[in-house]
Amino acid sequence: MSTETREVEELANREYKWGFVTDVESESIPKGLNEDVIRLISAKKKEPEWLLEWRLKAFRHWQTLVEPRWPNVTYAKIDYQDIVYYSAPRQKKQLQSLDEVDPEILRTYEKLGIPLREQEWLAGVAVDAVFDSVSVATTFKEKLRELGIIFCSFSEAVQEHPELVRKYLGSVVPANDNFFAALNSAVFSDGSFCYIPKGVRCPMELSTYFRINAIDTGQFERTLIVAEEGAYVSYLEGCTAPQRDTNQLHAAVVEIVAMDNARVKYSTVQNWYPGDKDGKGGIYNFVTKRGKCAGVNSRISWTQVETGSAITWKYPSVLLIGDNSVGEFYSVALANHRQQADTGTKMIHIGKNTRSTIVSKGISAGFGQNSYRGLVEIKKGAENARNFSQCDSLLLGDKCGAHTFPYIEVKNTTSKVEHEASTSKIGEDQIFYCKQRGLSAEDAVNMIVNGFCKEVFRELPMEFAVEAQKLLGVSLEGSVG
Amino acid sequence: MLEIRNLHAKVEDNEILRGIDLVVRPGEIHAIMGPNGSGKSTLAGVLAGRDAYAVTDGTVSFEGKDLLEMAPEERAREGVFLAFQYPVEIPGVNNSYFLKSALNSIRRHRGMEELDAVDFLALIKDRMKLVDMDQSFLNRPVNEGFSGGEKKRNEIFHMAVLEPKLAILDETDSGLDIDALRIVADGVNKLRRKDNATIVVTHYQRLLNYIVPDFVHVLVDGRIVKSGGKELAITLEEQGYDWVREGTDRVAVG
Repeated sequence: MSTETREVEELANREYKWGFVTDVESESIPKGLNEDVIRLISAKKKEPEWLLEWRLKAFRHWQTLVEPRWPNVTYAKIDYQDIVYYSAPRQKKQLQSLDEVDPEILRTYEKLGIPLREQEWLAGVAVDAVFDSVSVATTFKEKLRELGIIFCSFSEAVQEHPELVRKYLGSVVPANDNFFAALNSAVFSDGSFCYIPKGVRCPMELSTYFRINAIDTGQFERTLIVAEEGAYVSYLEGCTAPQRDTNQLHAAVVEIVAMDNARVKYSTVQNWYPGDKDGKGGIYNFVTKRGKCAGVNSRISWTQVETGSAITWKYPSVLLIGDNSVGEFYSVALANHRQQADTGTKMIHIGKNTRSTIVSKGISAGFGQNSYRGLVEIKKGAENARNFSQCDSLLLGDKCGAHTFPYIEVKNTTSKVEHEASTSKIGEDQIFYCKQRGLSAEDAVNMIVNGFCKEVFRELPMEFAVEAQKLLGVSLEGSVG
Repeated sequence: MLEIRNLHAKVEDNEILRGIDLVVRPGEIHAIMGPNGSGKSTLAGVLAGRDAYAVTDGTVSFEGKDLLEMAPEERAREGVFLAFQYPVEIPGVNNSYFLKSALNSIRRHRGMEELDAVDFLALIKDRMKLVDMDQSFLNRPVNEGFSGGEKKRNEIFHMAVLEPKLAILDETDSGLDIDALRIVADGVNKLRRKDNATIVVTHYQRLLNYIVPDFVHVLVDGRIVKSGGKELAITLEEQGYDWVREGTDRVAVG
């Protein structure tokens, strides 16, 4: 093996930095899943009857489903009875302010670098932090309320804005949509809710931070974002988890609704614990994300940087219903060591003159397997629909894999669909060239990989882009050839 | 500055360099000429630390330090620069960002303060003139989509910014039209100082009309078979490499 190859492999072998466990007392229910557990979750959250019924219906449907086997990933069978479906930091009473949040939890978020405190107003990010299953604190709520923006935990939304929740919950991802979405619908414990009223442009980035702390816990959060006519919001999502030997399940659902002329930008930096070098432990990230461009000229953009998780199964999609609506998907997915990622998007063109753009950058290193899976569907009525897809794969080393599964279904002859794909390997020549200019192998690999991901990174909000670049560097310590 | 003694190197099982001796002093320009396959590029690669070559014998000292012991990036930081025969493309990485990172890692190594964006910009604007470069080069990805001539000019631009003590130009003239050749040579001449040195590796004499060497060495079958002044290059151009071959004890290459 050449020096360059070895160096890149060393680089990819750096350790997960977010693997600490926070010592907080938590309240969990016993492992296992049945209707009583769902009733218990619902009762703990003091939910209205209709929501309990909705959950139960989802659960009953889920029992008729089988876990999808079509993704290009392999893992041991999940025992759904061996998971804790609800875990919350124990707290004595309803929190009135951030000062009442368990200081241990605040310290955890500080370690993670999340600006949870209001004094960090200047950072311009409003954060809803979800610790295990429960939303711990939402910052800047008052500021946002003045504009009529609702940004709160999902549980709070159920209590405070039941009419909105009832109207939109399941309207984009129905409870029976797929195996993991049905599971989530049955047992979701919290998440974030965001509502931007007509004509309002949200003045700051809204952000949710997810962290799985407790052992053997599944995290099933649900995010619902509604942008009314002419509204705009940029939403960020970040996630980490402690390092544990066992696999933990994360099955989230995100729904976005954009009305006429509304725009929603949703950015994710996913850094769940990926497992160790040999593939022990790590998060199973089975997520359903979908946006609905319900109104004319509406626009939904997904940008994701997926560096964590042992297994990623995720296809942020857009239903382009409104005429002239636009869907975008920008993705960087990294699979290092034994990580497996099967990710992509679905762009469903229904309205006239709808447009979609897909830019996917897959990076495989170590023994990682990275698959792009995407569907572009042009329905009969989608006159003049346009799609452009670009899927690039970068291989670091010779033991990893990159796969592309593009599906294209076109039922309207006036539409135009373009697909470009490429696979390249970080060349030893490139690394040597950088080194000859004085750069270390580490800097060289980071630079080459970041260059490869540039088109996606520039879609991220500034601070997130910097974070994503750093994260990629850390996640890659050790893998080219 | 550079002292090569009895250098032997091989690629896989083929011995390419078979005992090179060469001394380069500050302020000098040396031309290494030779037919295809004589080991010119191998010599350049060995000096820069390319991994594909294994040094089997001999020593190379650079400013008193053992060059062969150093990793390629260390050699670069110590002041060895290689202008590539085939400059490599790095998609998505902007040329000026790349250069700034490179320059600052060299400066860090030398205990100098890193240049900030403003100072760096002033520096590169000054250096761009040397190779008659357009501003747009700065923001384009390193060598990506560059023509052959642009790539070579970019190499000299890198050299102008990084200011090496020893620059090795590996077939920099290949693929250049006469105008580009003049620009490249002009840049190299302007960068010439009393305290730096250049090794020009070339097949043709053409480049040496513009970059006038102090010494010319003829490399044949991995050995320097003849050394002389700049007039040697002209003789070679007129009479071809067979002329020097005749006088040498040729070792058959397998």
